[in-house]
Formats: sequence, C-alpha cells, structure tokens
Amino acid sequence: MKLYSLGTTAAVPKAIIGRITTAGIAPGQAREDHILFLKEAPPPADTDGYAAVLTTQGGAPWADHVPVVHSLTGVDYLADGDVVRIDPNGYVRTLYRRQSPNNFILTTDQCNSYCLMCSQPPKRVNDFYRLAEHIRLVDLMDPETKELVITGGEPTLLKDGFLRLIQHCKEKLPGTALHVLTNGRLFYYRRFAEALGAIGHPDLMLGIPVYSDVDSAHDYVVQAKGAFEQTVTGLHNLARHDVAVEIRVVLHALTYRRLPQTAEFIARNFPFAAQVALMGMEMVGFVHKNMAELWIDPHDYQKELAEATWFLFRSGLNVKIYNHQLCVLDRLLWPFACRSISDWKNIYLDTCDPCLARDRCGGFFESAAKKHSDYIKPLLDLKAPHNAGVAVA
Amino acid sequence: MRQARFEKPDFYRSGTVYQLLPFQFMDFGLGRKLVVNEVGEHLILSNAEFQAFVSHGLDQACDTYLDLKTKHFLYDSESKVPFDLLSIKYRTKRAFLAGFTKLHIFVVSLRCEHSCPYCQVSRVSTDKARYDMSPETASRALDLVFRSPAPEVKIEFQGGEPLLNFERIRQIVEEAETRGAASRKSLEFVVCSNLTLLNDEILGYLQTHNVLVSTSLDGPAFLHNANRPRAGNNSHELAVRGIRRVREALGEEKVSALMTTTRLSLQHPHEIINEYISNGFHSVFLRPISPYGFAVKTARSTGYRIEEFVEFYKRALDYILKLNREGTYFVELYARLLLTRILTPFPTGYVDLQSPAGAGIGVAVYNYDGDVYATDESRMLAEMEDKQFRLGSVHGDSYEEIFGNELLRTIVASSCVESMPGCADCAFQAFCGADSIHNYGTQGDIVGHRPTSDFHKRNFELIKHLLTLYHSDSTIQRIFWSWVQDAPLGQLTEGVPQ
Repeated sequence: MKLYSLGTTAAVPKAIIGRITTAGIAPGQAREDHILFLKEAPPPADTDGYAAVLTTQGGAPWADHVPVVHSLTGVDYLADGDVVRIDPNGYVRTLYRRQSPNNFILTTDQCNSYCLMCSQPPKRVNDFYRLAEHIRLVDLMDPETKELVITGGEPTLLKDGFLRLIQHCKEKLPGTALHVLTNGRLFYYRRFAEALGAIGHPDLMLGIPVYSDVDSAHDYVVQAKGAFEQTVTGLHNLARHDVAVEIRVVLHALTYRRLPQTAEFIARNFPFAAQVALMGMEMVGFVHKNMAELWIDPHDYQKELAEATWFLFRSGLNVKIYNHQLCVLDRLLWPFACRSISDWKNIYLDTCDPCLARDRCGGFFESAAKKHSDYIKPLLDLKAPHNAGVAVA
Repeated sequence: MRQARFEKPDFYRSGTVYQLLPFQFMDFGLGRKLVVNEVGEHLILSNAEFQAFVSHGLDQACDTYLDLKTKHFLYDSESKVPFDLLSIKYRTKRAFLAGFTKLHIFVVSLRCEHSCPYCQVSRVSTDKARYDMSPETASRALDLVFRSPAPEVKIEFQGGEPLLNFERIRQIVEEAETRGAASRKSLEFVVCSNLTLLNDEILGYLQTHNVLVSTSLDGPAFLHNANRPRAGNNSHELAVRGIRRVREALGEEKVSALMTTTRLSLQHPHEIINEYISNGFHSVFLRPISPYGFAVKTARSTGYRIEEFVEFYKRALDYILKLNREGTYFVELYARLLLTRILTPFPTGYVDLQSPAGAGIGVAVYNYDGDVYATDESRMLAEMEDKQFRLGSVHGDSYEEIFGNELLRTIVASSCVESMPGCADCAFQAFCGADSIHNYGTQGDIVGHRPTSDFHKRNFELIKHLLTLYHSDSTIQRIFWSWVQDAPLGQLTEGVPQ
C-alpha cells in the first residue's frame, strides 16, 4: 500500500503537519490544524487560515496566501481525519489514517540493538528532535482511535522524551490502547520503569522480545552483549511497577530449536506476561544479509511451535501466533493464529485465491512475495486434517 | 549504530567455567537422576550426564547443559540474572507466608449426633452448656481474628457438629461482617457440617451471608454409613440429600466434600470415586485418617499402615486418570496441590503441608472454651489431655502473647524443611512441607524422625508417583495441566479462544 505522494509545492518553506479535511472547516474552528484537500473540486472562495492546501490540479494560483501542494497524483487513499506531513520537496506522507486499525508512531530510527533479522535496520542519525512532531501528531489524531503502536528503532532511547510521549497520549488519547515495541533494555534501570509505571496509562502494553532461554543465544540474535540481562531485568522491573508486557519471540533458524525450552523459561520466569506472541519472520531489512543463517521453512519448525504453544497455553499464558499462514500451521494451532500483519503491508498470493481459509488467514507480509514457505497451498477441504503427525496437543 | 557488521556467536559466549547453584537430587530409576532446585524446577538426567554435571565436566554446548543453565542449576558468567531470577522465584513460591494467619477455625460446639469411630476430635454427645462456645468467647476470638494482618481472612466453623450451635455461627458471621467492613478485610465463611441438621432457615441464612459448605462423603451408602454411624444408620442419605439441597439453594460451587479413608475404604477406590461423580462433584480429596482423637483408640479396626494408603491412592488415581482420558473431568485435589508446586512458579499455601508449617502462622483454632491452638490437630491432641500446643486463651491472653508465643516460634523454627533432618537433602524438598504437630502426635517430637514417619512416607511416595506419571505419558501431562489450571481437558485443546 502506497502512503506517500509527490506534488509541487508553493510557499512551503518547512515541513507542515496537519489533519486532512475535504469538506472544509468554518473560519475560527482551528483551521490552522487542517490541510484542505481538494480532489477534483473547484477551489473554494476562502482558503484563509488553513495549514496548507492539497490539490491534484496543475497549479493553484488562487491560493497564493497559503502553502500549497499541487499537481499531486495517486492520492486516492487520503481521507478526512488522516494526518499528513508535507515536506518542502513536495512529498506528502501519511502519518496517521483515521480508518485504519494499524496506526503507529515511528519515534526514532536509532537502536541500541542490531538484530540479525531486523525488519527496519537502525540508522545512525540524530532524529530525537522529531519528538515535537510525534507530540503534534498525537494532538491531531482522532480520540476515537482504538490502538496506536509506538515503535522505532528503539523508542526508549528518547528517555524522558519517551515518557513525555506516553504521558501526552494518556492526556490526549485516553481511550486509545498503546502498544510499545521496545527491546526493554533500558528498563534495566529501575527508575525508568518506575517513571513509566507512575504515568498510570490506562491501556498500555510493552511488546518485548526474548529470543532464547539462553543468554548468549539472545545476545547473538540482537547483536548486543548483556542485552539478555538488561531485558530480563527490565521485564521484572516493569512488572514491579504494574506495566503490562507482551513477550515476543521471532521464529527463525537460530531460535526455533530451543523454542519449547524458551516457552518453559517464559512460563517460569515471566508468568506475569499479559501475552506471549510467537512470530513468523518478516523478510525485509537485515534478513537478506543473514538469510543463510536465519531461514528455515516454517513447515519445518511446526513440532517445536506446537510444543511451545501448548506449553504456554497450559501454563495459563495468553499465547498468540503471528505472521503464520494457516496452510503451514497445524490445524490444532489455528485458534491461536492472529491476523496480525498491518493492513498496509499485508498480502495474499495468487495461490491463495481458491483457499477456503483465506478469510481467517493472516496472509503474508508484502515482503514474503519473493520468499515464503514451500508448503503454501490453497486449502480446499477444511474438514480434512492436515500436517498430521505434528500435533502434540 | 555502534557497529556496521555482525559479530559471530562466540563473541557473545562467556567462556567462563561454570559453577553449581543449590539443588537436591535423587536416584530416579532406569539409570537416571532427578535434580530439583530451590524454586522447584526439575530435570531428569542420565547418570552419566549427572556425573559430568557435578564434576564440572559437562559439555557447554549440549542441550543438557543449556537446560541446567536456564533452569538455574548452574551459572557461567558474571551476570546477576540467575540470582535475581532465583530470588524472585523463591519469594514468589513463599508468598503464601505474606499476611500471616489467614485461616481461623471456630469450634462452636464439640457436640455431635454422629458417633464416628475415626473421629479426630473426640466429640461429646451431651452437656450443651459445657461444650458450646459462648457469645463472649466468640466475640473475644473475633478480636484476635481482626488483629491478624491478613487482608483476606477465612473463618471456618467446625465441631463437633457446628450446626448444633447455629446461634453462635450467626453471631460470628454478623459481627465479622461488621468488623470486616470497618477493617477492609475480605472475608470468606465455611461451615464444616454433616448436614443432618440442615433446614430451610439455615439454608436461607447461608445463602444471604454467602457461607460455603464443606461436608463429609466417604463413599457409597454401605461404606459411608459404616464409617459414620448415627442413630438410624442414615448418615449417607442425609449427606447426599444435604449436598443436593445446598447446591439447589446456594449454587453448584458452594458445597464441597471431604472423604476420610478407613480400612474399609481401602478396598473400594472405584466405588468412592463413582459416588463423588454421581453426586455431581468434579473432584475428590483422598485423605488418610488423622491419628488423633478416637482414631487412636479405634486404630485397630479403622487404621492401616501408610503403605496401604499409598497403594489405595495409586489405584484411585489410576482410575481417576482413566475417567479423565475417557472425557470425564475429575480432579484429585492433593495431586493438584502437589502438581501446582511441581509445574508452576506459583505459591501454594496449604497449612498441612508447607514450610515453615502452617501452625499458628497460617491457621489458628479457637476452641469452644476459648483456648487458642496452633492447628486443628493441636486441639485434637488437647482433647486427648495433651495441651502441649495450646497457645493461650481468648480469656486473658493478648494477641501478642498468643501469636508471639515462644512455643509458636519454636514450631516455626523447627518446621523448615530446608533444615530438618531427612528433609534438608531431599530432592522433593521444594514440593513438600512439614507438620510439627503431626510429628509430635505420632512420634512424640515436633522435629520427628523421617525414616519411620508415615507423613514422610505418604508425601514422598505420592510426589514420586506424580513425577513418574508426568514423565511417562503425554496424555497424563495434559490431564495434570488441566487439573493445575482447573479447566477440563477439552478447554485446553480444541476449546481455545477463537
């Protein structure tokens, strides 16, 4: 899914963030927060006070007193309530889609880990100044938003800025569930965990990866010595301060073998986890560099996945399987499978067209089009058992 | 960020030799050793692996090494994680100690109209004035209950037959409710009754005040009536009718039953379980006879060697497992307790099997005459003229005098399995507990002598049996987990949330 467009700017000296309106806003109703989007509509008589105007028409001589992006193409996805950023070079990027269940804030591109399979490789850039933009974005979001993901990079690297952002979400989006994707390492410092707990966000969960029960194996996957110690301690510090955590395990050739033991380790050491997600690998970013070491056909780890899933489930943990196609998943594990892939990067293959389980299936990451399990096939009889011999339920 | 290249796995290995963390072990048959650490995590190793492990020669790349490492039997770096996790898990396992005395037993009357030969409390049949708890005694006992720091308090009415002094139950419930509201303690009431005196008025009261009912059901009529004689020989009929009436009036889960195993019971494990099922129960607690009260005098007719009980228990458990396999969800409650200790990180307080023992710090008994005892068994001994474990009296002794009592301190100090002879090096230490009063009652000494202890033999054999079963069969594993989670097997397989 495309979420940016290029046009020609006029009077845009610096980036502008605003909320899309197509119908227009009466003067005095916070026009300065809004970006007027004219598709085929003729220009209105009055464009005063808008943050900017977007149009597909070639040129907009009638709007010489507001910032304008004209000659935009392929902007059908823009809808009322969405929030976009206009850059001086003419790019209009969507930061928030009101109708989507998959909104996120990418807080920073920096990270203190360097995971072998990172789907969004960190960059060595100073981008902490973007906090102001994130805060502004939260201001412009619809308070009806059900869920918002705070991700990165590593969001906690913003330290106080991270706490400010969570605090701001609590104030401006009190009804929005926050899901923070973090490696949890900075919560090794108890005061940081305490400060996050003290915010008292009503619906906050931190998704934190634990890749192995073995410290050196985890440290190797995240390419950071001591990361296991920091994350494990961090998880307990968060629990002490009543912050809900989700434990995430990405499955690949380096993690699948001890998955059952990792599950037991989680059940014994983090019984407070609100949920445990066993996740298929997204084939982007660093995965390509480390493909030889990471790739295993999901078909080939079903035994370990089933064993781990059942162990966690029996232990009373809320276990979920993300990013797995039903045709490679043992039938008994289907109830655990979630449609977890964000709408903007979720695809199905042509092979899937006749599949009777397609509607229940989470499908693929866009990136899986080129590389996926060899066992993908349409399921034409949902009553027939499949993957027999794998079940350990 | 710091790096533009990926490091190799070796870069992340500590390269340090490993050190052992505290654990216990025992021979587990078939050339294997069972190892259990202080927080109750266990592994089964081959003798060769065990030898290599303890002589610091285990290959650091093998799975057994990694299993031992991640279950915290060894550590191989300067990381404090193994110690942090162990201490957190240790605290969690001991969390039942927090809050101090939670169970408060009121013996509202020693009178009873049954005449069970195995009676542990030496009931009396006459003299209401002498053997019923007075209003003043009840009030003073409640003063002590509400001095307990426990935020959740359970008040249990026992006897004799407590319904014979229903007036006192009403007084205690209502006074406790008033005081509970003021002190913000949450309260739970249980009445332990044979249900023969149940009537609509009592039922209505129990319902209004949310009082749970615990009764006795020893098996089918022939067995129950033989164990529990009363005039008319109809104890079973009255118990079954009572159970049904309580269920109808109060709800399915408001009534539970206890069984006591007599010599006659030993021959009938299937019949006992079938009786529980046909009366709508989903569980049974297979209890051996307590060697107190009349049970001592009648040991020759009702008693048995503990080996016979263990044999009975195994046969009954086999049958229960068969029923579960065939789709009937049915739990043996002592197994659930032990399995929860074996399989989960969670604390399980059970005053008859914990370390330190529950006497006084987990349970206190207020006798009809105002004497306070450390456990139910203590007052049973007292009825046998041995007031060794009398902590004081509600008439005249303060909370501090009773619960800070030197005797109680001695019991606590002498009932930590970590230091008791025969327990200190037992592989089952983390799953087990001590009962000083039982040791005293059966062996004349609160520390006791493990090799000749029936308490030890029963728990040792049961724990070993459960572990052996768990590691023998994946279906049994599923059944045991379903008991621990209290969810029928179906719910732990196909019935997962969509």
